[in-house]
Amino acid sequence: MDLEYGPQYDDFRAEVINFIKENENIKLSGPPRSESRVEWQQKLIDNGYFARSIPKEYGGYGGDMDIIKLRIIAEEFAKSPIPKPAGGQGIQMLVPTLLSLGTEEQKQEYIRPTLRGEILWCQGYSEPNSGSDLASLQTKAELDGDEWVINGQKIWTSTAHLSQMCFILVRTEPDAPKHQGISYLLMPMDAEGIDRRPIKQMTGDSDFNELFLTDVRIPAGNIVGARGEGWKVANATLGHERGSLADPNVTQNRLNSLIDLMKNETIDGQRVIDKPIFRDRLLSIQGRLMAQHSNALRILSSQINKEQDATLAKFIVKLQGTELRHELEGLAIDAMGELGTLYEDSPHLRDNGVWQMTYMYYLGLIIGGGTNQIQKNIISERALGMPKEPKIQGA
Amino acid sequence: MYFGLSEEQKSLEENINRFLADNAPLDTIKAVAEGDTDKAREVHRGIIDLGLSGLVVPEEYGGLELNMLFATVVSAALGSGTAPVPYVGSYVMAPLAINLAGEENQKNQWLPKIAGGECVIGVGLSEYVGAREDAGIEFVNGKLSGRCLFIVDGKDADAYLLANKSGELYIVDSSNSGIEVIELTTVDKTRTSIELILKDVDAELLPGSTDKSVIEKVLDAGRLMLAADTVGAAQVMLNKSVAYSLERKQFGRLIGSFQAVKHMCAEMAADLEPCHSMIWHAAHCLDNVPEESRLMACQTKAHISEVGKQVSKTATEVHGGMGFTDELGLHYWFKRIGLNRQLLGSPELIREEAGRIQGFDQ
Repeated sequence: MDLEYGPQYDDFRAEVINFIKENENIKLSGPPRSESRVEWQQKLIDNGYFARSIPKEYGGYGGDMDIIKLRIIAEEFAKSPIPKPAGGQGIQMLVPTLLSLGTEEQKQEYIRPTLRGEILWCQGYSEPNSGSDLASLQTKAELDGDEWVINGQKIWTSTAHLSQMCFILVRTEPDAPKHQGISYLLMPMDAEGIDRRPIKQMTGDSDFNELFLTDVRIPAGNIVGARGEGWKVANATLGHERGSLADPNVTQNRLNSLIDLMKNETIDGQRVIDKPIFRDRLLSIQGRLMAQHSNALRILSSQINKEQDATLAKFIVKLQGTELRHELEGLAIDAMGELGTLYEDSPHLRDNGVWQMTYMYYLGLIIGGGTNQIQKNIISERALGMPKEPKIQGA
Repeated sequence: MYFGLSEEQKSLEENINRFLADNAPLDTIKAVAEGDTDKAREVHRGIIDLGLSGLVVPEEYGGLELNMLFATVVSAALGSGTAPVPYVGSYVMAPLAINLAGEENQKNQWLPKIAGGECVIGVGLSEYVGAREDAGIEFVNGKLSGRCLFIVDGKDADAYLLANKSGELYIVDSSNSGIEVIELTTVDKTRTSIELILKDVDAELLPGSTDKSVIEKVLDAGRLMLAADTVGAAQVMLNKSVAYSLERKQFGRLIGSFQAVKHMCAEMAADLEPCHSMIWHAAHCLDNVPEESRLMACQTKAHISEVGKQVSKTATEVHGGMGFTDELGLHYWFKRIGLNRQLLGSPELIREEAGRIQGFDQ
């Protein structure tokens, strides 16, 4: 057991701290893709604080894949108000996919501008009738000369209104078994025939969209992997999404805010944190979070020490993390009582309504990214070796 | 950076598992639970031969001088086998307390004997943690009087290590006059528990224990060991559940192919898997990070008690009617987890303490 990163990383940490100190006061303005944002993103790449292990020829920093250095960067950036590197589904999901499965042309064309924040991507996976059973998707694409022609409907497409490109799953081999009939295409969002309708969600925001696709034509070369291999291509990236939804370090920040809130709010003049039942709930949540934090250390260690196995530890992160976060935000609402129901711009509103907002948002994340019931199927089948539910004839 | 067990720790774990599989199978556990003290002594002798009695005793007193992480590994292994042996009190808390707070002659008197497997020391801290029935002891002119409940590893012990309400620790030779031993019967028959009634019994203060940090360290260690015991036991209950679900058929299918059963197992796994990391992490803090060790030990005991309760319930349900029978014996693990939960403080009591440690009262 050794939780130290080692003295050989002291210089690197000092470098990161120094960079942060010099750039701490940078304020980014303007919408995504604006010049100052792209410039900042490029500066982070040039210094190796973003896209660190992505090859230089594709617009990355071209550094070594040193997990501890990545960790140090994340730790130091988290402590500071410095603008963080841009994220999004293009960077988290598409870039790793192209790096492992894209053609040389696709890597050259898309990775650099995606890293720089010049191209934003959305994900065209779910359909109204294909949610948990994603592989049953029906949006189809047919080859007509040197173009794919896409028809169908997608739903839960985040940031579609901001995106220039969409990585989309479509059925190209209608006669093949369902998992083998899917292809992974790259669709420009300015193509003709794309109709986008925002979905207003329970929080009041519209983070998602429906996409109606009618005879959308895109070049035949905009396919990643071979025809019919889209399911495999997509699964290579879903793993990248799941772990990122429930980082215990972020939850720790929320717990600290919750403790402050419970010290400040009073009932009949008594601090909420001094009421034993509220305090016990707070401490229960803290205990669960500490367990998840230890679990995260084990996962980190397994990335550094390849011989260590943390399969089950990784599978449970999304399930455990989203449930805990939802409960944490809910405790804050209970601690405020009637005040906890205030929303939007109401008088007496606390913290801009962020507790209610996040409480609901995390209910969305319990459902999104593979519902937590699907997560339990994955845990029981892939980690515990239990059988799949048999198919029902005729269903 | 390496977070996990070393090869040495893993091999210690394997040795204990193998020893228990060979020497304390379910039939032995049942016999011990029904009062076969010879069998219990044999298993006890076996773990002494494995070196467990001297695990945390310093080398100069004949022990192995291993750290809390090693002790945690051992405790989890004993929990997984519902081993009918003294450990948490006699071989972890007692030597730790004597080494931390004893005078040289006290250390010389007890530590080599503990390490050599020649004496068992029962540990009674319940009146410091939270006195029930107004129990408690008083020390006047070198003599102890009063009552202690739930002495861990106290049955047939050669000595007792007892705390008063302010956390001072006293050591009492069990052959001294004025001691009445009352055997308590808990649900967990794999371990023993006693009550002591003392009337003017010769006793010695461990002088260092007037500093409260001593009993806090002893409690932290004891709580961590109980948590580890629960993790070991709960993991076995989960493993048995999955295995049973892949044997048992109903409606023409393995019950492990029903989502209702799969989800119960997945929930147990999701709750339990982080607990392995948590006990390692807490042990690391006790060994190396004193400023975090108190909170970590409290929260580890409290959280794992909750997980253990849930897993032991769910695992019993997965086994259906068989889970409820004596024949299958799953209840030994259920009851072991149940006793661990209450010893040295129930989760609610420990969370109160965790709140105070963090300064929530300020």
